[in-house]
Amino acid sequence: MVKHEEKVMTPRPMMNQDTVEYWEKLQETKQLHLQRCQHCKTYSHPPRPTCYKCRSFDMEWVPSSGKGVIHSYVVYHRSVHPGFKTPYEVILVELEEGVRLVSNMVDCEPDEVYIGMPVEVVVDQAFEDVAMPRFKRQNI
Amino acid sequence: MGTVRDKTAIVGIGATEFSQNCGRSELRMALEAILDAVEDAGLKVEDIDGMINYTLDTADQIEIVRSLGIPNLSFFSKVPYGGGASCGTIAHAVAAVESGMANYVVCVRSIRDASGPVTYGDFEPTRVSGDTYMGMYHPYGLLTPVSWVAMFAQRYKHEYGIKDGDLGWISLVNRENANRNPKAIFHNRTLSMEEYMNSPINVEPLRRHDCCLSTDGAVAIIVTSAERAKHLKQRPAYISGVIQGMSTNGEVMTSYAREDITVLHETEAYGKKLFEMADMTPKDIDVAQFYDAFSPLVPMQLEALGFVGKGEGVPYCEGGTRIRLDGELPINTSGGLMSEGYLHGMNLISEGVRQIRGTSTSQVKDAEISLVTGGLGVPSSGLILKRR
Repeated sequence: MVKHEEKVMTPRPMMNQDTVEYWEKLQETKQLHLQRCQHCKTYSHPPRPTCYKCRSFDMEWVPSSGKGVIHSYVVYHRSVHPGFKTPYEVILVELEEGVRLVSNMVDCEPDEVYIGMPVEVVVDQAFEDVAMPRFKRQNI
Repeated sequence: MGTVRDKTAIVGIGATEFSQNCGRSELRMALEAILDAVEDAGLKVEDIDGMINYTLDTADQIEIVRSLGIPNLSFFSKVPYGGGASCGTIAHAVAAVESGMANYVVCVRSIRDASGPVTYGDFEPTRVSGDTYMGMYHPYGLLTPVSWVAMFAQRYKHEYGIKDGDLGWISLVNRENANRNPKAIFHNRTLSMEEYMNSPINVEPLRRHDCCLSTDGAVAIIVTSAERAKHLKQRPAYISGVIQGMSTNGEVMTSYAREDITVLHETEAYGKKLFEMADMTPKDIDVAQFYDAFSPLVPMQLEALGFVGKGEGVPYCEGGTRIRLDGELPINTSGGLMSEGYLHGMNLISEGVRQIRGTSTSQVKDAEISLVTGGLGVPSSGLILKRR
């Protein structure tokens, strides 16, 4: 579970023309959306202008189940940013759709995290104008 | 299509001292290293007509040319993607020399990673995360190179049942080599397995001693044709193969979208082409300088380049027997990036050349074929040098 030093700003998600819709969809609908190719149905993340499988420019945004498992993770013990209190974990989640997201847990300590752990998305309103997907244990 | 095999050679190597507080500018160190390399080769500054450095270099080519009074450059380029550039600079030099665009090309990297304002191991809180993917990772606290590699390493350890301490042999062998190299930053510091195991966790699963050493210094390397090389001062290190590699669905150090994140795709891709170019196989390599910014990258490279099978890299390094000076494949004989210094990979090329010349402080007896690799998990590069 990532804990922040309250008065220190942490980096904001950065957006460009190819990725901004990912963040806008999340902020507007409070639901995680993923980019998918309309032709071959391949998911892409991080978002990009084309499908890397069939080179189509026809990409669409579809709601994600938000469920997945932890594919890998790291735990920071040495602080490199005053806004993040160590120790904290950063997880790599493999969603049911097959894409992977870098994120944090909201409900468990770093030493409870393991590869294969089932998780589901939580939309965290981290900044006034930008929400960030984070994860909690899946109730199974 | 012809091949560049053995048509060019490295004829000069130069460097500053490697330190953790150089007390001078990156430009000044670049100039010192270039003059050292020119002297080593037995050339004149006026002979230099090509220059290649990293996009990350602050020592600007135009300032180098001005400061040294180089009369004319007919070829200059820069190679991106951090340490992946290292052998890539030689690839550009070979392309320039082979095509006739330049005769004597100097490749240079000058770095103040220890005393500069921001080191690669740290994150500047005011920094703006501009990239498509880093802009999605930084906000979660995934901020530094060690964590980017640790994400691969954790999965790699999981898949192959690698235990804490198993990666320590790489750090230990590097250190033994550095202890024989008076120019290495850790020349006077030994390392035991006990010390390794007691070193603090930096980003789990990697310890401090799994990481390279923030360093100040500069390295310069001169490439020319095999024909011209014959008339110069040093025994030429002939370039049997040199290549860059970029693969699909990659990022700079965070290619997590790929199906298997325990494989170094770029290395696998360039390796096939590199060995084909040199008409060799991994069995022909007498000594290797593997880009060792972080210890797990060594076994992962052994696998990606075909020295061992998938998942066999860590057992290969166990006990250090096979990778020591008298082993099957001696590695990182100057101490590598973890114990000699982190010159962003360029010092590995110098050491590859010294092995061919027979002048290493950890000289492999009768070394004829020397492999050097570029930075990992980024668009990368590789180099095979030959004595003849």
